[in-house]
Amino acid sequence: MDKNIKIATRQSFGEALKELGDENKDVVVLDADLSGATKTNIFAKAYPDRFFDIGIAEQNMIGIAAGMSTCGKIPFASSFAAFVTGRVYDQIRSSVCYPNLNVKICGTHSGLTVGEDGATHQMLEDINLMKALPNMHIFSPSDDTQTRWVIKEAAKIKGPVYIRLCRLATPLIYDKDTKFEFGKGICFGEGRDATVFATGDMVCKALEAKEILKSYGKDIRVVDIHTIKPIDEDLIVKCATETEKLISIEDHSIIGGLGSSISDVLTEKYPKKLIKIGTTDFGKSGKAEEVLEYFGLTSKKIVETVL
Amino acid sequence: MKRDLGHPGGSLSIADILTVLYFKEMNINVKDLKDENRDRFVLSKGHAAPALYATLYEKGILSDDDMKGFRQINGILQGHPDMKHTPGIDMSTGSLGQGVSTAVGMALAGKLDKKDYRVYTILGDGELEEGQVWEASMSASHYKLDNLCFIIDNNNLQIDGPITEVMNSYPIDKKFESFGFNVINIDGHNFEDIEKAFDNARITKLKPTAIIAKTIKGKGVSFMENQVGWHGKAPSEEQYKQAIEELDA
Repeated sequence: MDKNIKIATRQSFGEALKELGDENKDVVVLDADLSGATKTNIFAKAYPDRFFDIGIAEQNMIGIAAGMSTCGKIPFASSFAAFVTGRVYDQIRSSVCYPNLNVKICGTHSGLTVGEDGATHQMLEDINLMKALPNMHIFSPSDDTQTRWVIKEAAKIKGPVYIRLCRLATPLIYDKDTKFEFGKGICFGEGRDATVFATGDMVCKALEAKEILKSYGKDIRVVDIHTIKPIDEDLIVKCATETEKLISIEDHSIIGGLGSSISDVLTEKYPKKLIKIGTTDFGKSGKAEEVLEYFGLTSKKIVETVL
Repeated sequence: MKRDLGHPGGSLSIADILTVLYFKEMNINVKDLKDENRDRFVLSKGHAAPALYATLYEKGILSDDDMKGFRQINGILQGHPDMKHTPGIDMSTGSLGQGVSTAVGMALAGKLDKKDYRVYTILGDGELEEGQVWEASMSASHYKLDNLCFIIDNNNLQIDGPITEVMNSYPIDKKFESFGFNVINIDGHNFEDIEKAFDNARITKLKPTAIIAKTIKGKGVSFMENQVGWHGKAPSEEQYKQAIEELDA
Protein backbone atom coordinates (compact mmCIF):
# COMPACT_ATOMS: atom_id res chain seq x y z
CA MET A 1 0.00 0.00 0.00
CA ASP A 2 1.38 3.37 -1.01
CA LYS A 3 0.45 5.97 1.60
CA ASN A 4 1.39 8.72 -0.80
CA ILE A 5 -1.55 7.88 -3.03
CA LYS A 6 -4.48 10.16 -2.37
CA ILE A 7 -7.98 9.48 -3.64
CA ALA A 8 -11.23 11.32 -2.91
CA THR A 9 -13.93 9.01 -1.54
CA ARG A 10 -16.37 10.43 -4.11
CA GLN A 11 -14.07 9.06 -6.84
CA SER A 12 -13.99 5.63 -5.17
CA PHE A 13 -17.77 5.81 -4.86
CA GLY A 14 -18.21 6.52 -8.57
CA GLU A 15 -15.98 3.62 -9.56
CA ALA A 16 -17.54 1.24 -7.02
CA LEU A 17 -21.04 2.10 -8.24
CA LYS A 18 -20.09 1.10 -11.75
CA GLU A 19 -18.70 -2.20 -10.47
CA LEU A 20 -21.90 -2.78 -8.51
CA GLY A 21 -23.81 -2.08 -11.70
CA ASP A 22 -21.79 -4.79 -13.46
CA GLU A 23 -22.87 -7.34 -10.86
CA ASN A 24 -26.44 -6.29 -10.17
CA LYS A 25 -28.85 -5.26 -12.92
CA ASP A 26 -31.36 -3.90 -10.38
CA VAL A 27 -29.00 -1.10 -9.41
CA VAL A 28 -30.10 2.26 -10.80
CA VAL A 29 -28.41 5.61 -10.20
CA LEU A 30 -30.03 9.01 -9.92
CA ASP A 31 -28.35 12.38 -9.76
CA ALA A 32 -29.46 16.00 -9.62
CA ASP A 33 -27.31 17.73 -12.21
CA LEU A 34 -24.00 17.12 -10.42
CA SER A 35 -22.93 13.81 -11.96
CA GLY A 36 -19.50 15.15 -12.89
CA ALA A 37 -18.79 16.20 -9.31
CA THR A 38 -20.43 13.27 -7.53
CA LYS A 39 -18.73 10.91 -10.04
CA THR A 40 -21.96 9.10 -10.85
CA ASN A 41 -21.03 9.94 -14.44
CA ILE A 42 -18.81 6.83 -14.39
CA PHE A 43 -21.94 4.68 -13.93
CA ALA A 44 -23.87 6.84 -16.41
CA LYS A 45 -21.27 6.20 -19.10
CA ALA A 46 -21.34 2.43 -18.56
CA TYR A 47 -25.10 2.08 -18.05
CA PRO A 48 -26.93 5.01 -19.63
CA ASP A 49 -30.27 3.16 -19.48
CA ARG A 50 -30.01 2.77 -15.73
CA PHE A 51 -28.87 6.32 -15.02
CA PHE A 52 -31.40 9.12 -14.45
CA ASP A 53 -30.37 12.74 -14.25
CA ILE A 54 -33.41 14.23 -12.56
CA GLY A 55 -32.12 17.77 -12.95
CA ILE A 56 -31.97 20.34 -10.19
CA ALA A 57 -34.90 18.79 -8.33
CA GLU A 58 -33.63 16.84 -5.34
CA GLN A 59 -37.07 16.39 -3.75
CA ASN A 60 -38.36 14.75 -6.89
CA MET A 61 -35.19 12.66 -7.14
CA ILE A 62 -35.76 11.13 -3.69
CA GLY A 63 -39.43 10.48 -4.48
CA ILE A 64 -38.60 8.83 -7.81
CA ALA A 65 -35.98 6.68 -6.08
CA ALA A 66 -38.58 5.65 -3.49
CA GLY A 67 -41.10 4.74 -6.20
CA MET A 68 -38.52 2.75 -8.17
CA SER A 69 -37.49 0.83 -5.06
CA THR A 70 -41.08 -0.41 -4.62
CA CYS A 71 -40.71 -1.99 -8.07
CA GLY A 72 -37.58 -3.96 -7.16
CA LYS A 73 -34.90 -1.47 -8.14
CA ILE A 74 -31.99 -0.56 -5.86
CA PRO A 75 -31.65 3.19 -6.37
CA PHE A 76 -28.55 5.15 -5.41
CA ALA A 77 -29.58 8.82 -5.33
CA SER A 78 -26.67 11.24 -5.24
CA SER A 79 -25.92 14.89 -4.86
CA PHE A 80 -23.87 17.10 -2.56
CA ALA A 81 -24.49 16.17 1.08
CA ALA A 82 -26.20 19.53 1.72
CA PHE A 83 -28.78 19.02 -1.00
CA VAL A 84 -29.39 15.30 -0.63
CA THR A 85 -30.12 15.44 3.11
CA GLY A 86 -31.13 18.86 4.47
CA ARG A 87 -33.00 20.00 1.41
CA VAL A 88 -34.95 16.75 1.19
CA TYR A 89 -35.30 15.83 4.83
CA ASP A 90 -39.06 15.35 4.69
CA GLN A 91 -38.88 13.35 1.46
CA ILE A 92 -36.34 11.02 3.09
CA ARG A 93 -38.43 10.87 6.24
CA SER A 94 -41.89 10.29 4.74
CA SER A 95 -41.21 8.62 1.39
CA VAL A 96 -38.12 6.54 2.25
CA CYS A 97 -37.66 5.87 5.98
CA TYR A 98 -41.29 5.61 7.09
CA PRO A 99 -42.06 2.92 4.47
CA ASN A 100 -38.53 1.49 5.05
CA LEU A 101 -37.68 1.49 1.35
CA ASN A 102 -34.49 0.24 -0.23
CA VAL A 103 -33.05 3.61 -1.22
CA LYS A 104 -29.37 4.55 -0.89
CA ILE A 105 -28.71 8.23 -0.38
CA CYS A 106 -25.19 9.32 -1.29
CA GLY A 107 -23.95 12.72 -0.16
CA THR A 108 -20.63 13.77 -1.64
CA HIS A 109 -18.94 17.06 -0.68
CA SER A 110 -19.79 16.68 3.00
CA GLY A 111 -18.06 18.77 5.64
CA LEU A 112 -15.64 21.68 5.47
CA THR A 113 -13.34 20.25 2.81
CA VAL A 114 -15.72 21.54 0.14
CA GLY A 115 -13.51 24.60 0.67
CA GLU A 116 -13.99 27.58 -1.60
CA ASP A 117 -17.76 27.16 -2.17
CA GLY A 118 -18.34 28.10 1.44
CA ALA A 119 -21.02 27.63 4.07
CA THR A 120 -24.08 26.85 1.91
CA HIS A 121 -22.24 23.88 0.43
CA GLN A 122 -20.30 22.72 3.50
CA MET A 123 -22.75 20.28 5.06
CA LEU A 124 -22.08 19.90 8.78
CA GLU A 125 -25.44 18.69 10.05
CA ASP A 126 -26.22 15.75 7.77
CA ILE A 127 -25.30 12.98 10.22
CA ASN A 128 -27.48 14.68 12.80
CA LEU A 129 -30.44 14.84 10.41
CA MET A 130 -30.14 11.29 9.12
CA LYS A 131 -29.38 9.72 12.50
CA ALA A 132 -32.74 10.51 14.06
CA LEU A 133 -34.67 8.79 11.29
CA PRO A 134 -35.92 5.29 12.16
CA ASN A 135 -34.74 2.56 9.74
CA MET A 136 -31.81 4.67 8.47
CA HIS A 137 -28.24 3.28 8.38
CA ILE A 138 -25.25 5.65 8.13
CA PHE A 139 -21.81 5.03 6.67
CA SER A 140 -18.95 7.52 6.73
CA PRO A 141 -15.95 5.87 5.04
CA SER A 142 -12.39 7.12 5.52
CA ASP A 143 -10.53 6.02 2.39
CA ASP A 144 -10.76 4.46 -1.05
CA THR A 145 -10.70 0.81 0.08
CA GLN A 146 -13.34 1.35 2.73
CA THR A 147 -15.61 3.33 0.42
CA ARG A 148 -15.60 0.50 -2.12
CA TRP A 149 -16.64 -1.90 0.63
CA VAL A 150 -19.33 0.48 1.88
CA ILE A 151 -21.01 0.69 -1.52
CA LYS A 152 -21.26 -3.10 -1.76
CA GLU A 153 -22.38 -3.37 1.86
CA ALA A 154 -25.06 -0.71 1.34
CA ALA A 155 -26.50 -2.72 -1.54
CA LYS A 156 -26.78 -5.76 0.74
CA ILE A 157 -28.84 -3.89 3.33
CA LYS A 158 -32.59 -4.02 2.63
CA GLY A 159 -33.56 -0.53 3.67
CA PRO A 160 -32.49 3.11 3.67
CA VAL A 161 -28.79 3.94 3.83
CA TYR A 162 -27.00 7.28 3.95
CA ILE A 163 -23.41 7.31 2.68
CA ARG A 164 -21.32 10.35 3.59
CA LEU A 165 -18.52 11.13 1.14
CA CYS A 166 -15.87 13.80 0.67
CA ARG A 167 -14.65 16.02 -2.09
CA LEU A 168 -10.98 16.22 -1.17
CA ALA A 169 -8.47 13.49 -1.92
CA THR A 170 -7.31 11.72 1.24
CA PRO A 171 -4.50 9.18 1.82
CA LEU A 172 -5.00 5.44 1.44
CA ILE A 173 -5.37 3.90 4.89
CA TYR A 174 -6.32 0.29 4.17
CA ASP A 175 -4.89 -2.49 2.00
CA LYS A 176 -7.15 -3.64 -0.78
CA ASP A 177 -7.85 -6.97 0.90
CA THR A 178 -8.86 -5.49 4.28
CA LYS A 179 -11.98 -7.12 5.70
CA PHE A 180 -14.47 -4.67 7.15
CA GLU A 181 -17.50 -5.51 9.21
CA PHE A 182 -20.81 -3.65 9.26
CA GLY A 183 -21.25 -1.72 12.51
CA LYS A 184 -17.74 -2.57 13.76
CA GLY A 185 -15.18 0.18 14.32
CA ILE A 186 -11.51 -0.39 13.55
CA CYS A 187 -8.80 0.09 16.18
CA PHE A 188 -5.31 1.29 15.32
CA GLY A 189 -3.09 0.17 18.16
CA GLU A 190 -3.91 -0.49 21.77
CA GLY A 191 -2.52 2.73 23.20
CA ARG A 192 -3.84 3.52 26.65
CA ASP A 193 -3.06 7.22 26.94
CA ALA A 194 -6.09 8.24 24.90
CA THR A 195 -8.64 6.98 22.40
CA VAL A 196 -9.34 9.19 19.42
CA PHE A 197 -12.58 8.26 17.68
CA ALA A 198 -12.64 9.59 14.13
CA THR A 199 -14.74 9.23 11.00
CA GLY A 200 -14.49 10.04 7.31
CA ASP A 201 -11.75 12.45 6.31
CA MET A 202 -10.71 12.94 9.95
CA VAL A 203 -9.35 9.41 10.34
CA CYS A 204 -6.16 10.31 8.48
CA LYS A 205 -5.73 13.37 10.73
CA ALA A 206 -6.05 11.17 13.81
CA LEU A 207 -3.48 8.73 12.44
CA GLU A 208 -1.09 11.63 11.80
CA ALA A 209 -1.58 12.75 15.40
CA LYS A 210 -0.85 9.21 16.61
CA GLU A 211 2.56 9.33 14.87
CA ILE A 212 3.38 12.81 16.22
CA LEU A 213 2.42 11.83 19.76
CA LYS A 214 4.93 8.96 19.76
CA SER A 215 7.71 11.55 19.95
CA TYR A 216 6.08 12.88 23.10
CA GLY A 217 6.06 9.39 24.56
CA LYS A 218 2.30 9.10 24.25
CA ASP A 219 0.65 6.02 22.85
CA ILE A 220 -2.90 6.62 21.65
CA ARG A 221 -5.34 4.38 19.86
CA VAL A 222 -7.28 5.66 16.89
CA VAL A 223 -10.71 4.21 16.19
CA ASP A 224 -12.19 4.54 12.72
CA ILE A 225 -15.98 4.63 13.08
CA HIS A 226 -17.14 3.94 9.52
CA THR A 227 -20.65 2.91 10.54
CA ILE A 228 -22.23 5.72 12.53
CA LYS A 229 -25.63 4.09 12.75
CA PRO A 230 -25.74 1.51 14.21
CA ILE A 231 -22.67 2.55 16.19
CA ASP A 232 -20.21 0.09 17.73
CA GLU A 233 -21.33 0.31 21.36
CA ASP A 234 -19.13 -2.52 22.60
CA LEU A 235 -15.98 -0.99 21.19
CA ILE A 236 -16.81 2.43 22.64
CA VAL A 237 -17.28 0.93 26.09
CA LYS A 238 -14.10 -1.14 25.73
CA CYS A 239 -12.07 1.97 24.86
CA ALA A 240 -13.63 3.88 27.73
CA THR A 241 -12.59 1.18 30.19
CA GLU A 242 -9.07 0.83 28.79
CA THR A 243 -7.93 4.37 28.10
CA GLU A 244 -7.33 7.49 30.13
CA LYS A 245 -8.77 10.09 27.85
CA LEU A 246 -11.54 10.00 25.24
CA ILE A 247 -11.59 12.34 22.25
CA SER A 248 -13.72 12.43 19.12
CA ILE A 249 -13.03 14.31 15.88
CA GLU A 250 -15.37 14.81 12.96
CA ASP A 251 -15.75 17.07 9.93
CA HIS A 252 -19.28 17.77 11.17
CA SER A 253 -21.06 19.60 13.94
CA ILE A 254 -20.42 18.26 17.43
CA ILE A 255 -24.19 18.49 17.88
CA GLY A 256 -25.72 15.24 16.69
CA GLY A 257 -22.68 13.86 14.93
CA LEU A 258 -20.05 11.23 15.79
CA GLY A 259 -19.19 12.81 19.15
CA SER A 260 -22.82 12.98 20.19
CA SER A 261 -23.39 9.38 19.14
CA ILE A 262 -20.45 8.21 21.26
CA SER A 263 -21.57 10.41 24.10
CA ASP A 264 -25.04 8.81 24.02
CA VAL A 265 -23.46 5.38 24.43
CA LEU A 266 -21.17 6.50 27.25
CA THR A 267 -23.97 8.20 29.18
CA GLU A 268 -25.95 4.99 29.32
CA LYS A 269 -23.24 2.36 29.53
CA TYR A 270 -20.04 3.81 30.97
CA PRO A 271 -20.28 7.46 32.04
CA LYS A 272 -17.01 9.18 31.19
CA LYS A 273 -15.89 12.54 29.85
CA LEU A 274 -15.53 12.84 26.07
CA ILE A 275 -13.80 15.79 24.43
CA LYS A 276 -15.53 16.51 21.13
CA ILE A 277 -13.64 18.16 18.28
CA GLY A 278 -15.85 19.35 15.45
CA THR A 279 -17.80 22.44 14.43
CA THR A 280 -20.46 24.50 16.17
CA ASP A 281 -20.89 27.15 13.48
CA PHE A 282 -21.43 27.39 9.71
CA GLY A 283 -18.34 26.94 7.54
CA LYS A 284 -16.61 29.55 5.40
CA SER A 285 -14.80 29.89 2.09
CA GLY A 286 -11.12 29.15 1.74
CA LYS A 287 -8.76 26.43 0.62
CA ALA A 288 -9.86 23.15 2.22
CA GLU A 289 -6.79 22.79 4.44
CA GLU A 290 -7.05 26.44 5.50
CA VAL A 291 -10.69 25.99 6.45
CA LEU A 292 -9.86 22.88 8.48
CA GLU A 293 -7.08 24.84 10.22
CA TYR A 294 -9.49 27.74 10.91
CA PHE A 295 -12.00 25.45 12.59
CA GLY A 296 -9.36 23.40 14.39
CA LEU A 297 -9.91 20.12 12.59
CA THR A 298 -6.22 19.20 12.47
CA SER A 299 -3.77 16.64 13.78
CA LYS A 300 -2.18 19.50 15.73
CA LYS A 301 -5.44 20.07 17.57
CA ILE A 302 -5.64 16.37 18.48
CA VAL A 303 -2.03 16.42 19.72
CA GLU A 304 -2.71 19.46 21.91
CA THR A 305 -5.86 17.85 23.29
CA VAL A 306 -4.04 14.66 24.22
CA LEU A 307 -1.13 16.52 25.84
CA MET B 1 -65.43 4.30 10.10
CA LYS B 2 -66.71 6.83 12.57
CA ARG B 3 -63.93 8.60 14.42
CA ASP B 4 -63.41 11.94 16.10
CA LEU B 5 -61.13 13.09 13.33
CA GLY B 6 -60.61 12.05 9.74
CA HIS B 7 -61.06 13.78 6.42
CA PRO B 8 -64.63 13.18 5.22
CA GLY B 9 -64.91 16.11 2.77
CA GLY B 10 -61.92 15.31 0.58
CA SER B 11 -62.65 11.60 0.82
CA LEU B 12 -66.18 11.91 -0.54
CA SER B 13 -64.96 14.05 -3.43
CA ILE B 14 -62.84 11.18 -4.79
CA ALA B 15 -65.13 8.24 -3.95
CA ASP B 16 -66.57 8.02 -7.48
CA ILE B 17 -63.13 8.18 -9.11
CA LEU B 18 -61.78 5.45 -6.81
CA THR B 19 -64.79 3.28 -7.61
CA VAL B 20 -64.04 3.41 -11.34
CA LEU B 21 -60.32 2.91 -10.74
CA TYR B 22 -60.67 -0.15 -8.53
CA PHE B 23 -63.72 -1.79 -10.12
CA LYS B 24 -63.20 -1.02 -13.79
CA GLU B 25 -59.89 0.50 -14.73
CA MET B 26 -57.07 -0.98 -12.69
CA ASN B 27 -55.61 -4.40 -13.15
CA ILE B 28 -55.01 -5.67 -9.63
CA ASN B 29 -54.97 -9.19 -8.36
CA VAL B 30 -56.77 -9.41 -5.01
CA LYS B 31 -55.15 -12.82 -4.43
CA ASP B 32 -51.64 -11.46 -5.04
CA LEU B 33 -51.47 -7.83 -3.99
CA LYS B 34 -47.72 -7.68 -4.69
CA ASP B 35 -47.99 -9.06 -8.24
CA GLU B 36 -45.19 -7.23 -10.04
CA ASN B 37 -47.31 -6.77 -13.15
CA ARG B 38 -50.20 -5.10 -11.32
CA ASP B 39 -51.27 -1.54 -11.91
CA ARG B 40 -50.21 0.79 -9.09
CA PHE B 41 -52.14 3.44 -7.23
CA VAL B 42 -50.68 6.27 -5.13
CA LEU B 43 -52.99 8.44 -3.07
CA SER B 44 -50.81 11.54 -3.12
CA LYS B 45 -53.50 13.41 -1.16
CA GLY B 46 -53.03 10.88 1.62
CA HIS B 47 -55.54 12.52 3.93
CA ALA B 48 -58.33 11.04 1.79
CA ALA B 49 -57.31 7.63 3.21
CA PRO B 50 -60.87 6.85 4.43
CA ALA B 51 -62.09 6.76 0.82
CA LEU B 52 -59.25 4.44 -0.16
CA TYR B 53 -59.85 2.14 2.82
CA ALA B 54 -63.57 2.00 1.99
CA THR B 55 -62.69 1.05 -1.60
CA LEU B 56 -60.26 -1.65 -0.48
CA TYR B 57 -62.98 -2.93 1.86
CA GLU B 58 -65.50 -3.14 -0.98
CA LYS B 59 -62.81 -4.92 -3.00
CA GLY B 60 -62.54 -7.53 -0.23
CA ILE B 61 -58.97 -6.59 0.66
CA LEU B 62 -59.78 -5.10 4.07
CA SER B 63 -62.08 -6.76 6.63
CA ASP B 64 -64.73 -5.43 9.00
CA ASP B 65 -62.24 -5.73 11.84
CA ASP B 66 -59.64 -3.79 9.86
CA MET B 67 -62.16 -1.02 9.32
CA LYS B 68 -63.05 -0.82 13.01
CA GLY B 69 -59.42 -0.16 13.79
CA PHE B 70 -59.23 3.02 11.69
CA ARG B 71 -57.06 5.57 13.54
CA GLN B 72 -57.07 3.29 16.60
CA ILE B 73 -53.91 2.39 18.51
CA ASN B 74 -54.17 -1.33 17.72
CA GLY B 75 -55.55 -0.93 14.20
CA ILE B 76 -53.75 -1.37 10.88
CA LEU B 77 -55.46 1.62 9.25
CA GLN B 78 -53.37 4.70 9.96
CA GLY B 79 -54.65 8.24 9.59
CA HIS B 80 -52.71 8.36 6.32
CA PRO B 81 -51.91 5.38 4.04
CA ASP B 82 -49.17 3.08 5.34
CA MET B 83 -47.85 0.54 2.84
CA LYS B 84 -46.00 -1.44 5.51
CA HIS B 85 -49.04 -2.40 7.56
CA THR B 86 -52.06 -2.11 5.29
CA PRO B 87 -52.60 -4.61 2.47
CA GLY B 88 -53.32 -3.13 -0.93
CA ILE B 89 -51.48 0.15 -0.33
CA ASP B 90 -48.73 0.71 -2.91
CA MET B 91 -47.15 3.76 -1.27
CA SER B 92 -47.15 5.47 2.10
CA THR B 93 -48.27 9.07 1.73
CA GLY B 94 -49.39 11.98 3.84
CA SER B 95 -46.83 14.73 3.32
CA LEU B 96 -48.30 16.48 0.28
CA GLY B 97 -46.51 16.66 -3.05
CA GLN B 98 -44.46 13.51 -2.45
CA GLY B 99 -46.78 10.81 -3.74
CA VAL B 100 -46.61 12.14 -7.28
CA SER B 101 -42.83 11.75 -7.40
CA THR B 102 -43.07 8.17 -6.18
CA ALA B 103 -45.67 7.49 -8.88
CA VAL B 104 -43.20 8.86 -11.45
CA GLY B 105 -40.60 6.44 -10.04
CA MET B 106 -42.97 3.48 -10.39
CA ALA B 107 -43.83 4.43 -13.96
CA LEU B 108 -40.16 4.92 -14.82
CA ALA B 109 -39.29 1.49 -13.37
CA GLY B 110 -42.09 0.01 -15.49
CA LYS B 111 -40.62 1.53 -18.64
CA LEU B 112 -37.14 0.33 -17.70
CA ASP B 113 -38.39 -3.23 -17.22
CA LYS B 114 -40.61 -3.01 -20.34
CA LYS B 115 -43.66 -3.92 -18.30
CA ASP B 116 -47.20 -3.02 -19.28
CA TYR B 117 -48.53 -1.92 -15.91
CA ARG B 118 -49.99 1.54 -15.45
CA VAL B 119 -49.62 3.94 -12.52
CA TYR B 120 -52.40 6.18 -11.19
CA THR B 121 -52.13 8.94 -8.64
CA ILE B 122 -54.77 11.23 -7.16
CA LEU B 123 -53.68 14.63 -5.96
CA GLY B 124 -55.61 17.52 -4.50
CA ASP B 125 -56.00 20.93 -6.09
CA GLY B 126 -54.57 22.51 -2.95
CA GLU B 127 -51.69 20.05 -3.18
CA LEU B 128 -50.73 21.69 -6.49
CA GLU B 129 -49.31 24.50 -4.35
CA GLU B 130 -46.43 22.18 -3.38
CA GLY B 131 -43.43 22.84 -5.64
CA GLN B 132 -42.56 19.15 -5.77
CA VAL B 133 -45.71 18.48 -7.82
CA TRP B 134 -44.21 20.53 -10.63
CA GLU B 135 -40.79 18.91 -10.34
CA ALA B 136 -42.57 15.58 -10.68
CA SER B 137 -44.70 16.81 -13.58
CA MET B 138 -41.66 18.07 -15.46
CA SER B 139 -39.97 14.68 -15.10
CA ALA B 140 -43.12 12.69 -16.04
CA SER B 141 -43.26 14.59 -19.28
CA HIS B 142 -39.50 14.49 -19.86
CA TYR B 143 -39.48 10.69 -19.61
CA LYS B 144 -42.61 10.45 -21.81
CA LEU B 145 -44.41 8.40 -19.16
CA ASP B 146 -47.59 7.46 -21.03
CA ASN B 147 -48.10 4.72 -18.42
CA LEU B 148 -48.74 7.40 -15.80
CA CYS B 149 -52.04 9.11 -15.08
CA PHE B 150 -52.58 11.98 -12.65
CA ILE B 151 -56.10 12.67 -11.41
CA ILE B 152 -56.51 16.11 -9.86
CA ASP B 153 -59.35 16.24 -7.36
CA ASN B 154 -60.52 19.76 -8.14
CA ASN B 155 -62.99 20.35 -5.29
CA ASN B 156 -61.84 23.93 -5.04
CA LEU B 157 -61.37 23.89 -1.28
CA GLN B 158 -58.38 23.62 0.99
CA ILE B 159 -58.20 23.80 4.78
CA ASP B 160 -58.00 27.58 5.05
CA GLY B 161 -60.64 28.31 2.39
CA PRO B 162 -61.30 28.25 -1.37
CA ILE B 163 -58.07 27.71 -3.33
CA THR B 164 -58.75 30.90 -5.25
CA GLU B 165 -58.49 32.83 -2.00
CA VAL B 166 -55.72 30.93 -0.21
CA MET B 167 -53.29 30.39 -3.11
CA ASN B 168 -54.74 30.24 -6.56
CA SER B 169 -53.58 27.19 -8.50
CA TYR B 170 -55.77 27.94 -11.55
CA PRO B 171 -55.68 27.55 -14.48
CA ILE B 172 -54.91 23.92 -13.65
CA ASP B 173 -55.45 22.52 -17.15
CA LYS B 174 -53.23 25.10 -18.82
CA LYS B 175 -50.46 24.47 -16.33
CA PHE B 176 -50.43 20.73 -17.06
CA GLU B 177 -50.71 21.38 -20.80
CA SER B 178 -47.66 23.60 -20.67
CA PHE B 179 -45.83 20.85 -18.75
CA GLY B 180 -46.44 18.53 -21.70
CA PHE B 181 -49.40 16.49 -20.41
CA ASN B 182 -52.40 15.12 -22.23
CA VAL B 183 -55.08 17.04 -20.31
CA ILE B 184 -58.71 15.98 -19.90
CA ASN B 185 -61.32 18.03 -18.04
CA ILE B 186 -64.18 15.99 -16.59
CA ASP B 187 -67.01 15.95 -14.07
CA GLY B 188 -65.47 13.82 -11.33
CA HIS B 189 -68.87 12.48 -10.28
CA ASN B 190 -69.97 11.31 -13.72
CA PHE B 191 -69.00 7.65 -14.17
CA GLU B 192 -69.14 7.83 -17.95
CA ASP B 193 -66.85 10.86 -17.97
CA ILE B 194 -64.39 9.15 -15.65
CA GLU B 195 -64.29 5.94 -17.69
CA LYS B 196 -63.84 7.79 -20.97
CA ALA B 197 -60.98 9.82 -19.51
CA PHE B 198 -59.16 6.64 -18.47
CA ASP B 199 -59.76 5.17 -21.94
CA ASN B 200 -58.27 8.27 -23.48
CA ALA B 201 -55.26 8.17 -21.13
CA ARG B 202 -54.61 4.53 -21.98
CA ILE B 203 -54.39 5.12 -25.71
CA THR B 204 -52.33 8.31 -25.44
CA LYS B 205 -48.72 7.67 -26.36
CA LEU B 206 -45.50 9.42 -25.30
CA LYS B 207 -47.24 11.75 -22.85
CA PRO B 208 -48.48 11.41 -19.29
CA THR B 209 -52.15 12.26 -18.75
CA ALA B 210 -53.64 14.69 -16.25
CA ILE B 211 -57.36 14.29 -15.64
CA ILE B 212 -58.75 17.43 -14.03
CA ALA B 213 -61.82 16.18 -12.20
CA LYS B 214 -64.30 18.83 -11.07
CA THR B 215 -65.58 17.47 -7.80
CA ILE B 216 -67.64 18.46 -4.79
CA LYS B 217 -66.02 18.28 -1.39
CA GLY B 218 -68.35 16.30 0.86
CA LYS B 219 -70.25 14.94 -2.17
CA GLY B 220 -73.51 13.21 -1.31
CA VAL B 221 -73.96 14.65 2.18
CA SER B 222 -76.04 17.84 2.06
CA PHE B 223 -74.52 19.53 5.07
CA MET B 224 -70.95 18.72 4.01
CA GLU B 225 -71.05 19.62 0.33
CA ASN B 226 -68.72 22.49 -0.51
CA GLN B 227 -68.14 23.31 3.14
CA VAL B 228 -64.55 24.14 4.12
CA GLY B 229 -65.23 23.08 7.71
CA TRP B 230 -65.53 19.42 6.71
CA HIS B 231 -61.88 18.99 5.74
CA GLY B 232 -60.57 17.47 8.93
CA LYS B 233 -63.38 16.65 11.30
CA ALA B 234 -65.78 13.76 11.66
CA PRO B 235 -69.58 14.10 12.01
CA SER B 236 -71.45 13.84 15.31
CA GLU B 237 -73.63 10.80 16.01
CA GLU B 238 -76.69 12.58 14.63
CA GLN B 239 -74.88 14.01 11.61
CA TYR B 240 -73.42 10.56 10.92
CA LYS B 241 -76.90 9.00 10.78
CA GLN B 242 -78.15 11.70 8.45
CA ALA B 243 -75.09 11.37 6.21
CA ILE B 244 -75.47 7.60 5.91
CA GLU B 245 -79.17 7.99 5.08
CA GLU B 246 -78.36 10.49 2.35
CA LEU B 247 -75.51 8.41 0.91
CA ASP B 248 -77.68 5.27 0.90
CA ALA B 249 -80.58 7.08 -0.77
